[in-house]
Amino acid sequence: MKVVLRTPQKETRQLEGPLTVAEMLKELGIDPEGVIVARGSDLLTPDARLDDADEVEVIQAISGGAK
Amino acid sequence: MKCSVCGAPAQVEVRRRNRAFCAEHYREWFVRETRRNIKRHRMIRPQDRLLAAVSGGKDSLVLWSVLSQLGYEAVGLHIQLGIGDYSRRALETTRVFAAAHGLELIVVDVRESFGLTIPELARATGRAACSGCGLSKRYLMNRVAEDEGFNVVATGHNLDDEAATLLGNVSHWQLDALVRQGPMLAERPGLARRIKPLYTFTEREVAAYAFLAGISYQHEECLHAEGAKSLLYKELLNRLETRMPGTKQVFLDQYLKKVQPALRDHSGEAEVELRRCERCGSVTTGAVCAHCKLWDRAYARAKKRHLLPPEAGFDPQPKLHFLTRAEP
Ligand code: SF4
Ligand SMILES: [Zn+2]
Ligand SMILES: [Zn+2]
Repeated sequence: MKVVLRTPQKETRQLEGPLTVAEMLKELGIDPEGVIVARGSDLLTPDARLDDADEVEVIQAISGGAK
Repeated sequence: MKCSVCGAPAQVEVRRRNRAFCAEHYREWFVRETRRNIKRHRMIRPQDRLLAAVSGGKDSLVLWSVLSQLGYEAVGLHIQLGIGDYSRRALETTRVFAAAHGLELIVVDVRESFGLTIPELARATGRAACSGCGLSKRYLMNRVAEDEGFNVVATGHNLDDEAATLLGNVSHWQLDALVRQGPMLAERPGLARRIKPLYTFTEREVAAYAFLAGISYQHEECLHAEGAKSLLYKELLNRLETRMPGTKQVFLDQYLKKVQPALRDHSGEAEVELRRCERCGSVTTGAVCAHCKLWDRAYARAKKRHLLPPEAGFDPQPKLHFLTRAEP
């Protein structure tokens, strides 16, 4: 599957499916609490299944600095 | 995973509440929770005039959008910091959002108002960009509110921001900051009430709302944010949260409920006497406010280094631009 990281720089990774979203993040070493994962215009929960044909986006949620 | 409301496939899990939602019910839940936060603390009252600090990032645009859905008319305040393309794109994102939603926006450019951009200010004072930046932002929010007749300033601080600040304050036992921290700072003469209606949502939940509501915000981060301590605290807290859902919320809530009242009692709660700054007229504790002091110092040093002409003098009056609803 194709994983586009926006954390926040754009990067692309290829991973072998099938995987759940939680497993995919684990493989990428990303803390699930700091990101949202999207497929098209939908967001995915950690248990969602991904296979090789899928393309997902991992979008960073946390930001730094003083507000 | 299924939506706890309708049983459709869920798109967002809120583990700390043992719930999950489809897109529609997530948005409903988010707006309802925000309303509940506002009511619980009486953050907004009839007759209030609201200014929302909008940077163009997800938190502030989500806040602005939800406030207007709840029927609160908030005018936006965007501060142009002069941090290269990052700042230009932040303004563009904010303007597009305001125009698309028919919202009124005030823009203040730090360099146009005070003579230096935030990076130039940092160079002139020899202090980290974030310290001058934070001070100028806080000053401008309150100053613009007072000058333009707003008594409430709303900011997009979320649970991660608040928990990270708490962890930072606790690690250094900064008692003054601990006593003041919270979702609402009461209004005082010359000081607008400060409210944080999103303070119970994790940053991931705010990002999920922005995504599902189709809010296009600036993803790019200020280059000075990298290495900021707040980011390290957030990462640490998220590691705890992943292992123990609810940690961030309990950490903040229980502090506010159990510890802060005791701290307040012991700190004597003697409210510091406020007076007007001799330079700019804003409310402060000393003769000259911290913002005027910072800029006076910056001017003195910038002149020595020929960044500013010798006759330049700091004028504390900010220059405002009003982008009304009609303007595209
Ligand atoms: S990261 Fe620092 S310098 Fe950049 S906008 Fe935030 S407070 Fe200002
Ligand atoms: Zn639903
Ligand atoms: Zn002053």
